[in-house]
Amino acid sequence: MSVKYTKEHEWISTEGNTAIIGISDYAQEQLGEIVFVELPDVGKQLNKGSEAAVIESVKAASEIYAPASGEVTEYNADLDATPGQINDDATGTGWLYKISLSDADELNDLMDEDTYNGYVKGLG
Amino acid sequence: MTDQGNVTLKQTPLDALHRERGGKMVPFTGYDMPVQYAGGIIAEHQHTRTQASLFDVSHMGQAILKGDDAASALETLVPGDIQDLGVGRTRYTLLTSEDGGILDDLMVTHQGSQLFLVVNAACKDQDFAHIQSRIGDRAGLEILEDKALIALQGPAAMDVYSRLAPAARHMMFMTAETLHVGDVPCLTTRSGYSGEDGYEISVAGEDAENLAQLLLGEAEVGLAGLGARDSLRLEAGLCLYGNDIDKTTTPIEAKLAWVIGKRRREEGGFPGAGIILEQLKTGTQRKRVGIKPDGKAPARAHTIIEDPDGNAIGEITSGGFGPTVGGPVAMGYVKSEFAKTDTPVNLMVRGKAHPAHVVKLPFVEHRYFNT
Repeated sequence: MSVKYTKEHEWISTEGNTAIIGISDYAQEQLGEIVFVELPDVGKQLNKGSEAAVIESVKAASEIYAPASGEVTEYNADLDATPGQINDDATGTGWLYKISLSDADELNDLMDEDTYNGYVKGLG
Repeated sequence: MTDQGNVTLKQTPLDALHRERGGKMVPFTGYDMPVQYAGGIIAEHQHTRTQASLFDVSHMGQAILKGDDAASALETLVPGDIQDLGVGRTRYTLLTSEDGGILDDLMVTHQGSQLFLVVNAACKDQDFAHIQSRIGDRAGLEILEDKALIALQGPAAMDVYSRLAPAARHMMFMTAETLHVGDVPCLTTRSGYSGEDGYEISVAGEDAENLAQLLLGEAEVGLAGLGARDSLRLEAGLCLYGNDIDKTTTPIEAKLAWVIGKRRREEGGFPGAGIILEQLKTGTQRKRVGIKPDGKAPARAHTIIEDPDGNAIGEITSGGFGPTVGGPVAMGYVKSEFAKTDTPVNLMVRGKAHPAHVVKLPFVEHRYFNT
């Protein structure tokens, strides 16, 4: 299992061909208290960089883009009742959706955890 | 001063206190202001509804209008009845434009020998220039640059403030009095922007931090920022200038006809009176209403409102999550034939129709001190 990060503060954790996607702890902190999440339907085909989900905080709505291409296999249905789980545990129970990857090579240009942490530090 | 790109932000007298207490500072109408503190917007909102919160609203414009003719001079600019405003009374009114639009909303307090005005931060320079140029030498406008304004809001506000200034307990909603905390004069109105009981306290900038610290020293009081201020006023159905009312909306469209005094309805004599009084009789094409989304998705300002057949009938002007309601709340303008309570509408959020209904405002009942 490996976890990679995008500059847009999503994480993608892969095991074989399956990937779980969420937002980073830094991202949830920036967004503030999350009150609503719109997640992609199962079976939806996502292209890398396309809009995959929307997270609404008390302050604003934010689009979440697909860090890799693939077909949506599951979404986190718990977030409908308790979207605040993303604030509480962004990299765990606050995951957003799963896809079956169409091209694992797309992950090569994403950041590993250390690189991402350095990137976030640089944002001040 | 903080340098934000090319814009130099102003700071309120409570700036150091905000930073000390974990305020998340953002640029707002030219000021560095706390949008929230460590506890977050929802917690601050709930605390205001159940206890009491202190808001720094020192960015707002404060001024005095002096002279025997001040009330009648101001009446040439607002539709409110200012001449009949009793001493020690406060009134909400509007600066209107010649074409019936709203230049700003403001609070006017009759202090006996003078009127005390509080206007919106974003409009204050234009407002004061407008007032000065329009009333000429009929009254003297003195802008109070060095005053802070502290709002104490919530059901515990009376008990808290009365410990420091016992006379606060006996004030009625929309009355004003200069109270003293120690030897510091605090021009206090029993008013606010949360729908809760509370006070707005105008105090010299140099005394503001001490007063804030005294209030925060009371067990019931927490700090709240602009985020909670916005969700509180939205649930209370109160207009935000620039969102829900502006130069393109008339007082009648905005359902603010109640601000027009009885005598003013007969006499007119304020900017846009022709249009506004005509609308009062014959109605308007559109009206401001409350909108409650049926689902959980918030609809933000500028969301298009459609009828069930897919025709555009209006636009959301304020919308978000209402912590006390526990779901999304909004207000906006719809064509008048759709303004009836319970009318079903669709909100076009990200290209999809989200069902919603027209509802009565406020979402959360006001709890002002009237008895």
